[in-house]
Amino acid sequence: MAPVLVLAAGNPSRGDDALGPGLAARLEAAALPGVEVITEFQLQVENALDLVGRDCVFFVDAGTGTPAPFELRPARPEADFLHTSHALSAEAVLATYERVQGAPAPEAWVLCVRGESFELGEPLSVAAASRLEAAWQELYRRVEAAVARCQTSQP
Amino acid sequence: MSTLPLETAAHPGQLRRVVIEPLSRVEGHGKVTLLMDEDDHVQQARLHIVEFRAFEKFIQGRPYWEVPVMVQRLCGICPVSHHLAACKALDQVVGATTLTPTAEKIRRLMHYGQILQSHALHFFHLSSPDLLFGFGSDVARRNIVGVAAAHPEVARQGVLLRKYGQEVIRHTAGKRIHGTGSVPGGVNKSLTAAERDELQKDIYQMIAWSRDAVRLVRQLFEQDLETYRCFGSFEARTLSLVRADGAMDLYHGGLRARHADGRTIFDHVEYGHYWEQISEEVKAWSYMKFPYLRALGHEDGWYRVGPLTRVTRCDFIPTPLADRERREFMAFDDGRAARSTLGFHWARMIEMLHAAEAIKDLLHDADLLGSDLMASGPRQARGVGVIEAPRGTLIHHYRVDENDQVARANLIVSTTHNNHAMNVAIREVARKYLDGRKLTEGLLNHIEVAVRAFDPCLSCATHAIGKMPLEVQLVDAEGAVVDSLVRGSA
Repeated sequence: MAPVLVLAAGNPSRGDDALGPGLAARLEAAALPGVEVITEFQLQVENALDLVGRDCVFFVDAGTGTPAPFELRPARPEADFLHTSHALSAEAVLATYERVQGAPAPEAWVLCVRGESFELGEPLSVAAASRLEAAWQELYRRVEAAVARCQTSQP
Repeated sequence: MSTLPLETAAHPGQLRRVVIEPLSRVEGHGKVTLLMDEDDHVQQARLHIVEFRAFEKFIQGRPYWEVPVMVQRLCGICPVSHHLAACKALDQVVGATTLTPTAEKIRRLMHYGQILQSHALHFFHLSSPDLLFGFGSDVARRNIVGVAAAHPEVARQGVLLRKYGQEVIRHTAGKRIHGTGSVPGGVNKSLTAAERDELQKDIYQMIAWSRDAVRLVRQLFEQDLETYRCFGSFEARTLSLVRADGAMDLYHGGLRARHADGRTIFDHVEYGHYWEQISEEVKAWSYMKFPYLRALGHEDGWYRVGPLTRVTRCDFIPTPLADRERREFMAFDDGRAARSTLGFHWARMIEMLHAAEAIKDLLHDADLLGSDLMASGPRQARGVGVIEAPRGTLIHHYRVDENDQVARANLIVSTTHNNHAMNVAIREVARKYLDGRKLTEGLLNHIEVAVRAFDPCLSCATHAIGKMPLEVQLVDAEGAVVDSLVRGSA
């Protein structure tokens, strides 16, 4: 079980919703030891079980109306109401984990890269492509640091 | 153009407009508008689905072999249904009129995995908060985490059922998402013995939990019979696939349409010429089309699809536990539950039980490990694939040109079939619960409860952070916002 999980959400065929899968694909290609990358169309309740046994989790997603080029923030369990029928927020996944597992959720971060357009069949916008580059540097650095922390904390 | 009671108000300019946008816990972008007069009487109620477009354009021009993978991106919640419906249509294009036993059973296993996980998500995550706490209960607890706090075992079972269904999909489709397992003419992998053994390990627990879920819905009906009997209920014609012997078959069959009283409109119709039975009407106020049965015309020919239709219109369910539950459901309250809108929930759990039983049977079938995966035959220019997706009948229709590119595509998804029926349901709820009363969040949630019973997938939209706030707006006749409510606000 890799101690660091990167859980990316998004639909590669819906314009800037491809930001999350795009970053996930890069990270997967980098093949960092101690890191597992999972890509989903959207976060769901069962993703809570993907968190079991992890020391650190990064949720990666596109955002709309969110800070540009990206926002990296700690995520805490929260029974928020921004989830819709078939998708959860990172915070709701963490809250579901705590309820189902009866244990505190692992350290978690949300990397939210701002997108502009999300229409079916559209490619990544120019603005989003540029933000992806900036977000990639930050994601790689943070994930690498998380792995290093996990290694030093092991007995 | 047909107009029904509460579909179009006589003098809309003089009325107050209430907009529920988007619907909470409903996929994609849905919006309900209510026009109220000064005494708070409902004069018009409409469900708008604002994102169903560009599906066909997305598919046209692509090589046909890419289609089963690409169409999964139409929907983040039921990609497997699109994957399989596309393959069924393209089987005909590659001349595979009969699949190998291994290919058909692998596809069925994938499909029942999808039914199981989708129905589990809907019941435990989307509907159980309303059903366990009440439609007008405190909004702060009406969610999955609220359910987990009050009913931890129910929430846990929901998550694990969902996870199991996803594992079935992963083993049969090859990946968690963007699966490639099904291809025109068959499948590209069967199960290994290790994969089968892993899935066999937990299936009996899944059956037991599914049975518990059916009983939980029954208890909910028994506790508040009057509400469950009447809420948003209406008489509807129905459409579904059935097996040649009349059994429920969610993967393949002929089309069966019935009147509300059970009389047959048509039965066992081969779906390759579905357009001879079904047509689609356009209404100026909606992006989404309104399908109808040609035999009855566009005013009377609307119908309902999905779990409630399938469970009540099949002759039997070919797995014993689910069929026993079906018979109890049909008999409950002199058959009223089987005609009620909230009966969707009960029917959905019966189907989840059937899916679990069907998975168990398939996992004990040696064909799943076979190596004869593909069939072929004379190339055809056209193919139609129909499947019973979790939300109802799903039609994929393609014409492929001599360059192997899709020249024309037509998709009728489950939510489109149910478009008219959902509109009727919200009008019934508006008439009974909202008419003449001051609107509150709890009352507006009644509208959402009626829509959620159908589990619509209102496109398969993106779910980027910040994209889905729920806002209820009260707008006056001039379009000015006079009040608003945002979910999650204090």
